[in-house]
Amino acid sequence: MGIADSDRKETLVNIIVCIKQVPAKDAPLAIAGNWIKEADIGFEMNEPDSYALEEGLRLKEKHGGEVIALSLGPERVKQTIKEALAKGADRGIHISDDHFADLDPLGAAKLLAAAIGKEKCDLVLTGLQSDDHGFGQTGVLLAGLLKLPHATIIMQIDVQDGKMKLKRELEAGWFQWIECPLPAVLSIQSGINKVRYATLKGIMAAKKKEIATITRESLGVTLDPTQKIERIYVPAKTKQTEFLTGTPKEAAAKLVEKLKFEVRVI
Amino acid sequence: MKILVVTEQRQGKWNNASFETLVAAQQMATAASGSVSAMVVGKGVAGLADELASKNVAEVLLVEHDLLENYTADGYCTVLKQVIESAKPNLVLFPHTYQVRDFAPKLAASLGKGMVGDCVGFRNEGGKLVFVRQMFQGKTAADVTFLGATPWFASFQSGAFRADLLAAHPSGKAPVKAVKVELKAEEIRTKPLELFKEAKSSVDLTQAPLIVAVGRGIKAPENIAQAEALAKALGAELAASRPICDEGWLPLERQIGSSGQTVAPKLYLALGISGAIQHVVGMKGARTIVAVNKDQNAPIFEIADYGIVADIFEVMPALTEELQKAKS
Repeated sequence: MGIADSDRKETLVNIIVCIKQVPAKDAPLAIAGNWIKEADIGFEMNEPDSYALEEGLRLKEKHGGEVIALSLGPERVKQTIKEALAKGADRGIHISDDHFADLDPLGAAKLLAAAIGKEKCDLVLTGLQSDDHGFGQTGVLLAGLLKLPHATIIMQIDVQDGKMKLKRELEAGWFQWIECPLPAVLSIQSGINKVRYATLKGIMAAKKKEIATITRESLGVTLDPTQKIERIYVPAKTKQTEFLTGTPKEAAAKLVEKLKFEVRVI
Repeated sequence: MKILVVTEQRQGKWNNASFETLVAAQQMATAASGSVSAMVVGKGVAGLADELASKNVAEVLLVEHDLLENYTADGYCTVLKQVIESAKPNLVLFPHTYQVRDFAPKLAASLGKGMVGDCVGFRNEGGKLVFVRQMFQGKTAADVTFLGATPWFASFQSGAFRADLLAAHPSGKAPVKAVKVELKAEEIRTKPLELFKEAKSSVDLTQAPLIVAVGRGIKAPENIAQAEALAKALGAELAASRPICDEGWLPLERQIGSSGQTVAPKLYLALGISGAIQHVVGMKGARTIVAVNKDQNAPIFEIADYGIVADIFEVMPALTEELQKAKS
């Protein structure tokens, strides 16, 4: 990764935001082997990544530079890149890969790192995890592969004098400030900001923005998978749920009976 | 099979998920005829190592260095790599904490290995270890196996194993072995600063016997009032899943889940909450769980004692009315 070393100060060069496209939240999932049947379901921007994108756009508005939306997946992910462009990203990079569901976290990170390595950038942002695989490893792995410092679960970013002061969320209500040099990789915590909507003007402007497509093969990455999803399935129930049926009013009355005589909390 | 458990402490205090992972390791060692070592990392943590030595482990590795007083990803990756290279475990297990998420995948990758994170269980299928983790926000489970040579890396979700099942050492005490590690200040690129909590909260949900919690299904901030009325009729505290607090519809102090409060009330009434893992870890200890959701496949029903499959906007007013009737 090349970095412009002249007078960085508080100007950022490029911010690359890694964005995954995932099945829509309410999509009915039909399992097929180690993935799902993609026909007939909608896809959307992984919600945690939308916070990373928003943070990238805000940093750009404050410090300048370019925001690049990077996504890996089949042709359909271009729609999500377009959404990022409509919100204000300057250009997109699509790593075209029809077999992305077979990638392990390290394999996906290697492909993303190879694409990022071709760009000049100060900051790589990711969401905390994806709503589909949920590995939650991409940002940390990218840092290792790109040999950059990193921090995760970030709730605030202040860029000053070529470095960042970051607010990290810890568990049980604790936070910590840390200092991190630039360039770096950050995984953004959901809720760090209020995500913007694309405006009509943004959507029109996005039509003129570039999306570069790179194939997985052209990146010349040796994948060497470390793990394999053997199968996915609906987990066995651990509890027997008693369903209360009828009209909402009837179900509510039944529940009150239960709360009174069985749970005994009324 | 040689299993190494990396425990977690901060400022000399345990992260209790460490003990759950030790239990997972003990069970795995029994299932796959292996041995368990436990590691404690920090500065001035010999006392903690001693405590670990009283558990049923083959040995305790004590990894101390002045630069490990405060956690940094660089510091931990550098020294743990050395320890793993010298101790040569087949399997390295972690509790799936925020701290582990921050460094463990990179540590594994630095050794050319992968990590299976956030596991909820494992099976030994004729000598082959299968790790179980959740996908699609808990809507599905996945069986995952490792490929390639060991060491393998895995982390276990908080609550996946019961810490109270931790076996004591059969004959008193396991040996504590101090492991020498090399770490230079310039290898640590980030600088940890102060730890802090946000403004003191005015509500303590951990003490509330009854909780009514709302999720994404509440749709808009103006609808919160309906849930509030229901909570009032029941005499319960109002809580929420993360998206609701992220939107600012309820204050952060009312958030239940991995990044909020962990509660175990007598009754947890979940309204329009799908039951994503991050929420469930914060409330699955409730004595009775009631879920109202219009999606009958929502994972929240996996753990609910009572379920109503319906629109919460029809159930909330009906339930409020029935509660008022029952109480009058």
